[in-house]
Amino acid sequence: MSAPHRLLLVDDETDFIAALAERLELRGYGTLTADTGQQALDLLAHEAVDVVVIDMMMPGLSGLQTLERIRQTWPSLPVLLLSGNANQTDADEVLRHGKTAVLVKPVELKVLLEALHTLTT
Amino acid sequence: MANTKYASLRRKIVLNMALAAIIPLLLFAVINYVEFQSAFTRETQAPFRSMVAKTRNSFELFLTERSSTVSLVASVYSYEDLSDQRTLNRIFAVMQKEFTGFTDLALIDEQGILRAYAGPHTNLLGSDYSGQDWFQRVRRDSRYISEVFEGFRRRPHLVVAVRHTTEDGRSWIVRATLNTSQFSRLIASMNLEPEADAFLVDHAGVLQTDSRTYGKALTRAPIKVPAASYEATVVPTRDTQGRNMLLAYSYIADTDFVLMAVKPAQGYLYSWLLVRTDLLLIFIAGAIGVYLVAGRNVGLLIQRLRESDAEREEALMQMEHSQRLSSIGRLAAGVAHEINNPLAVINEKAGLLKDLMETGADFPRKDRFIKQLDDIAAAVARGRGITHRMLGFARRMEVTVEDLDVNEMVEETLLFLEKEAMYRKVSIVRELDPTLPPARCDRGQLQQVFLNVLSNALAAVCEEGRVVIRSHRRNNGFIAIAFEDNGCGMTEEIRKHIFEPFFTTKKEKGTGLGMSIIYGIVQRHGGDIEVESEPARGSTVTILLPACPNRNGEPA
Repeated sequence: MSAPHRLLLVDDETDFIAALAERLELRGYGTLTADTGQQALDLLAHEAVDVVVIDMMMPGLSGLQTLERIRQTWPSLPVLLLSGNANQTDADEVLRHGKTAVLVKPVELKVLLEALHTLTT
Repeated sequence: MANTKYASLRRKIVLNMALAAIIPLLLFAVINYVEFQSAFTRETQAPFRSMVAKTRNSFELFLTERSSTVSLVASVYSYEDLSDQRTLNRIFAVMQKEFTGFTDLALIDEQGILRAYAGPHTNLLGSDYSGQDWFQRVRRDSRYISEVFEGFRRRPHLVVAVRHTTEDGRSWIVRATLNTSQFSRLIASMNLEPEADAFLVDHAGVLQTDSRTYGKALTRAPIKVPAASYEATVVPTRDTQGRNMLLAYSYIADTDFVLMAVKPAQGYLYSWLLVRTDLLLIFIAGAIGVYLVAGRNVGLLIQRLRESDAEREEALMQMEHSQRLSSIGRLAAGVAHEINNPLAVINEKAGLLKDLMETGADFPRKDRFIKQLDDIAAAVARGRGITHRMLGFARRMEVTVEDLDVNEMVEETLLFLEKEAMYRKVSIVRELDPTLPPARCDRGQLQQVFLNVLSNALAAVCEEGRVVIRSHRRNNGFIAIAFEDNGCGMTEEIRKHIFEPFFTTKKEKGTGLGMSIIYGIVQRHGGDIEVESEPARGSTVTILLPACPNRNGEPA
């Protein structure tokens, strides 16, 4: 798979997600954003994306639960999880699903892009 | 405080155990003592007693025979017969022939006048005895055996007098005198030991026979006459020189005589003392044995109890310590998360702003704006460094063993303490071996070990002191990480105790658990801790950890 073109960004922290989406768009990526895990699943049902970036801690469906739901329908869709406090157990759980990566906030954009690239190649 | 508790417990148990064992032993010894003493006394006193009883019987027989003979003479012959000198002489001759001891025979009328006499002292004829005590007593009791006295003849003798009363109311007294030589013979027949003595006394304590120790006959013996007993009795006593003696005595029936025999108790006492000393020695040895065994066993027991208490207490403290660390870890994770989210927003907003400026048209002082945004990004990176370290700490609360680069762990630990070192101008020198193999450890626990040792080193050095951290490989398959400081050092006495729980030199500042806990951690990792120190020169604490085996299974 080539470098990702279309990303789905999921986080209840809308300021963060808006700024990140705009920065990615400036670099030529297409972005979709969602405030909740459920909204992300709904979007995924209609839109094709290359990678999903999900915050670990969200109201409603957590990042991990959202990942599990995604895996039920899209077993090989790359998912990158962002965490405020990545604990080892959660990280192990994420990595167990395959085609996943975990990064701890705040992340330098360069690092994020490298991780996305790694996930999709 | 704790030592007093154990010492008191030890004393109580030893005392109880010793008492439980010694009381029966003591009872046993006392019963033995009493039984043995009485048996011993019986055995040793019995021959003495029986000898006195036999001699008493001889005395009684002698006196009874003599008094019966006199009684027979008084009854068989009439007053007239007895008044006849020839008849009396004949009777006396027969008495002397048949019985030893008679020295004369006399007839005394009712008025106390000696009417006829056979014997050596013929001048006694016509003597008036009415005023004498013996005469009054024989008139009253019909039969009388006197004490020994000198009387008119100035020689010790005794009289046996019998009063005879006819049917028509006439009465006379026949009196015989006995010399005391027979008494001496009877006493001599006792075959006494050389130091022993036997004699007769009257009830008033006047010697009736000569005594080896107490003087001549008819003098008062310096000895108390014991209470009346017609059975031979043995009592302990002391002689005039205060020596222990055995006194055997028996009252002689129908007389004023008491037969007494004394002999030194030494021989008997010596044997008894030997036995008693043996008994005492056995008891003392037994008691000491019981005490020693009880003391030793209880000592072991208390030692075990103390160790077990210490282990339990240490385990509790360790648990408390790790729980505290675990709560700190959770708190750190929570704080890191709360800070990381706004940091992420700042990061992205600043990043976006910079992106927009860089892609947009130039404007005055654009470079300075971009510089400010870079500063913001740098500050965010610093914040991220802090929160990530906090998260790292939180993560280390979970115990997972992995292959760790020990040098990297040293660096990580230093991040926590470098600020303090900088403020105090303490120089930290790293001499780390870059080719060090990894060690298989739990990250958090290893960091706890390094943190503890480093904190101690920093606490030991003065301002502008120096701490050197060296890592190298040892030939025995161990990785050594030495923390050397030029601080105050410690005495040999302190050095010996630093791994003991609750041992602290920091008074109220320390729990005294740090070194004990890290020692436990290092031991669990199969390692060891070496400590070298010299007061005022500094200390070197070396942590030894087993190096990971390499891929071929050989030690690294």
